[in-house]
Amino acid sequence: MSNNNNDGASAVTSAGTVHSEAGHGSLVVEDLQAWYGRFRAVANLSLTITPRAVTAIIGPSGCGKSTFLRCINRMHEVARGARAAGKVLLDGDDVYAPDADPVQVRRHIGMVFQKPNPFPMMSVYDNVVAGLKLAGVKNRAMLDEVAERSLRRAALWDEVNDKLNNSGAALSGGQQQRLCIARALAMEPQVLLMDEPCSALDPVATSKIEDLIRELRQNYTIVIVTHNMQQAARVSDHTAFLLLDEDRAGRLVEYGPTSQLFTNPQDRRTEDYITGRFG
Amino acid sequence: MSPVELDRRLRELQTDVLLMGSMVEKAIERSVDALKRRDLETSRQIIEQDTQIDHKRFEIEEKCIEVIATQEPVARDLRQIVAVLNIIVDLERMADHAEGIAKITLLLGDHPPLKPLIDIPRMADLACDMLRRSLDALVTLDQEAARRICADDDEVDALYDQVYRELLTFMITDPKTIDRATYLLWTAHNLERIADRSTNIAERVIFLVTGKMENTNVSRY
Repeated sequence: MSNNNNDGASAVTSAGTVHSEAGHGSLVVEDLQAWYGRFRAVANLSLTITPRAVTAIIGPSGCGKSTFLRCINRMHEVARGARAAGKVLLDGDDVYAPDADPVQVRRHIGMVFQKPNPFPMMSVYDNVVAGLKLAGVKNRAMLDEVAERSLRRAALWDEVNDKLNNSGAALSGGQQQRLCIARALAMEPQVLLMDEPCSALDPVATSKIEDLIRELRQNYTIVIVTHNMQQAARVSDHTAFLLLDEDRAGRLVEYGPTSQLFTNPQDRRTEDYITGRFG
Repeated sequence: MSPVELDRRLRELQTDVLLMGSMVEKAIERSVDALKRRDLETSRQIIEQDTQIDHKRFEIEEKCIEVIATQEPVARDLRQIVAVLNIIVDLERMADHAEGIAKITLLLGDHPPLKPLIDIPRMADLACDMLRRSLDALVTLDQEAARRICADDDEVDALYDQVYRELLTFMITDPKTIDRATYLLWTAHNLERIADRSTNIAERVIFLVTGKMENTNVSRY
């Protein structure tokens, strides 16, 4: 596997370390296809995702948005019968290269899901450092430092610093989601994938997550799948619109700056979708 | 966002703009007609009725804000609302120009006419025609028709030039005509501005259709 940005270990092979000096989180998707058994869910998708910016993926239900997102960090293949083909280059390294380690890939490309899913039996603190502990980090001072830094980055520290030993499940929905974001950030990823991260949250909690997304883009490449068009318009720099083709596989219809896509889309299908006239 | 409800509100906004447009057109026509006939009563009515047009503008503006707040329009829907918000300002200012002409008629009072009015009514006809066609283009979303309106402004500018030279000649020849000639020059200027504002509406139609801002008419005034 080639490595364009690192002199040493690749960002995604098992030889790499969690804290390796990876690149800036540039993502290039080339001719990506994804299947569930014989059903092709994503067809020939190519996309260059701007590093340290927010890219929103929008499209009607079942158009392959979440499948596409899960392909980026090799979560898709975890489902039974699911497979993917094509390339996903993280800072030049193909996460689907034969020697790429999916576990390492997922450390570099973190993910936040629709429903907050903190580990229910763990404290707030343990939730954040669970990944590091799993990776063998035992140094308490380092764990403390990472926990605080991650919770601060997730804009949660001020709300939980006096209850780090309480159960993560005892937090509010919005706090739980930020805890999950902190947990992902603790692994020092370059990329953060978010699959409808606010769909289970009220408007106030949603607003906090959106503020956080805007804040995080300074240091991370963020790809967010959302059904909420206004959310895509509010938080993203670029937007990709996916739609089912005649074979019911998701295809990229339009990709461009969010400001343009929501004011003057170039494709009629995009216009019809974002104005609510179909989909 | 409900496309059905949004479509209904957009249609309502369009109807409101057309209604306001017809109020403005009527004010322009009546103001020039009253000037020709020195009809002071009609001129006073035009001045009074300008507030109705102002109210209509604010009413439409409020509706636009409500649609933005409740329907979250994007893309062409959003451009349509932005176009309406701009167009109503132009229409309201056109009505002010008509009001200005009515005030000039009051100023002229029963002073003897300087000359038979020919070019000024002609300018009014052209300006009203441009206004009508710009609103037609808004309804039909015809960007070519909109571009033609912008081109037609040259004709109004040429008439304005002619009126200006003619009135200047009056003033030079007989200084006693300066007051009346200046009033007529103001009238012609009001009409020239009305034509310019019609081209603004046409430019908004082009923006609505293409999504691109274009300055198609560079008026000489």
